[in-house]
Amino acid sequence: MLCQECGKRPASLHFSKIVNGDKSEYHLCEACAREKGELIPGTSGGFSIHNLLSGLLNFEAVEQGKRTVNPESLRCEVCGMTYSQFSKLGRFGCSSCYKYFNNRLDPLFKRVHGSTVHTGKVPLRVGGEIKTKRQIETLKRRLQDSIDHEEFETAAQLRDQIRELERQITEH
Amino acid sequence: MNDLRFTEQPFSHWMRTAGNESEIVISSRVRIARNLQKHPFPLLATNQHLEEVQQELRQVLKDPRLKAYGVLHPIQLSETDDLNKKMLVEKHLISPSLANESRNGAVYISEDESLSIMVNEEDHLRIQCLYPGFQIKEAWEKASAVDDIFEDHVTYAFDDKRGYLTSCPTNVGTGLRASVMMHLPALVLTQQINRILSAVSQIGLTVRGIYGEGSEAMGNLFQISNQITLGQSEAEIIDNLRSVVLQIIGHEKAARERLMSESRLRVTDRVMRSFGILSYAAVIDSKEAAQRLSDVRLGINLGLIDGIAPQTMNELMVLTQPGFLYKSFNGKIEAGEMDMYRAKLIRQKLGKSLK
Repeated sequence: MLCQECGKRPASLHFSKIVNGDKSEYHLCEACAREKGELIPGTSGGFSIHNLLSGLLNFEAVEQGKRTVNPESLRCEVCGMTYSQFSKLGRFGCSSCYKYFNNRLDPLFKRVHGSTVHTGKVPLRVGGEIKTKRQIETLKRRLQDSIDHEEFETAAQLRDQIRELERQITEH
Repeated sequence: MNDLRFTEQPFSHWMRTAGNESEIVISSRVRIARNLQKHPFPLLATNQHLEEVQQELRQVLKDPRLKAYGVLHPIQLSETDDLNKKMLVEKHLISPSLANESRNGAVYISEDESLSIMVNEEDHLRIQCLYPGFQIKEAWEKASAVDDIFEDHVTYAFDDKRGYLTSCPTNVGTGLRASVMMHLPALVLTQQINRILSAVSQIGLTVRGIYGEGSEAMGNLFQISNQITLGQSEAEIIDNLRSVVLQIIGHEKAARERLMSESRLRVTDRVMRSFGILSYAAVIDSKEAAQRLSDVRLGINLGLIDGIAPQTMNELMVLTQPGFLYKSFNGKIEAGEMDMYRAKLIRQKLGKSLK
């Protein structure tokens, strides 16, 4: 088998990457693997995570190309990075890129992390509202639970709590 | 103005202390990535931006609460020569990327070397905490407490939905990379390692060799870390890693017991041969040195070799890296002599000398 990168030398490194059950296979010669930079576990060469990512991103572009904005014209208005630059570099230019590329990011995050929404730590100072929102979501789930179990008294209390929290958010 | 104390000696505080499960777990490390809201990420930032990032973060270091972590010594990467950068990487105090690729990069390292705060790496701020043995939760708690202090002073790039925004999509969310370095010679010898490592990689964790950049697992040392940073909370990530590491510890212990009960003679022979080679070899390359050191470390753990402190193995792990080796012999090493000096240094450390 020839190296999928240069197509000249025989592939001596074979590895597959499995993200949430999606398996991708890579067949590279040692020279190409080393050139790629960072890491394949267990080899002396390397293969940068950004290369893997840009593979994923390009794939995304092909898959969705017909339906969405041309990646050349999709661009972060703050730092000027285009989506196609992002997909080559595998890195964002600034925090606003997340906003401008938002529509394209769910499939990418799904592939890389198996998830699209942060559930961890929230900054203490700016995070007040986020915490309240999360609290509301938890209460809503409990509300649904108590309705399902016909515990209407609890449900009424939960509903009041939710209203109070929602009022706090709109006042800010 | 740079402080060279960290490259003057190979020992880090963490190497001297034992730590939990230190016969199998060498060290526990946590790194969190953060960016400042108002500046572009380092990749696109101008030098002016990066200078402002440095200034802003330098102000935070005056916060008296940081005193609890000991004196933080500043190092500007632009004023550091290649040898010293290399040695800081070999000690895991800075990342290869900060050493080689950063513009306007800096690091603040605590006296005991357990805390490094990197500025203008791939992200504006990376807080790293490195502990001996199996203390991943403690490392996370400390890094998180330092993170809270920074957050009091600066506004992070944070999004309700995506969490902490990072330059690379693989770090977004928690920005947390937790990793545990393990010495697994018995699992390698009994050929169970591949099965275990492939199981590990299917549950959102990755395994690699110790010297980050694509190094193979030299000397039976494996670094296990989380791959997923979005959609799991920090506590879930740490717990998941902890429970997997605990299971691997269990397997390694069982494999060591089996080796001792079923192949004691062969294991003893292997350990002693390696001890002999390290004690008397005149030339040794880094790969062989790592393998022999692993055998001797195992021999010490199994009680087959005494009179050598396990910490000597940690020290040699760092000392036999090119940067430290070069420094140990005052830079007198010519190209092609590295393997000779490596052998010499190991002989010295193990108390043998060759006429």
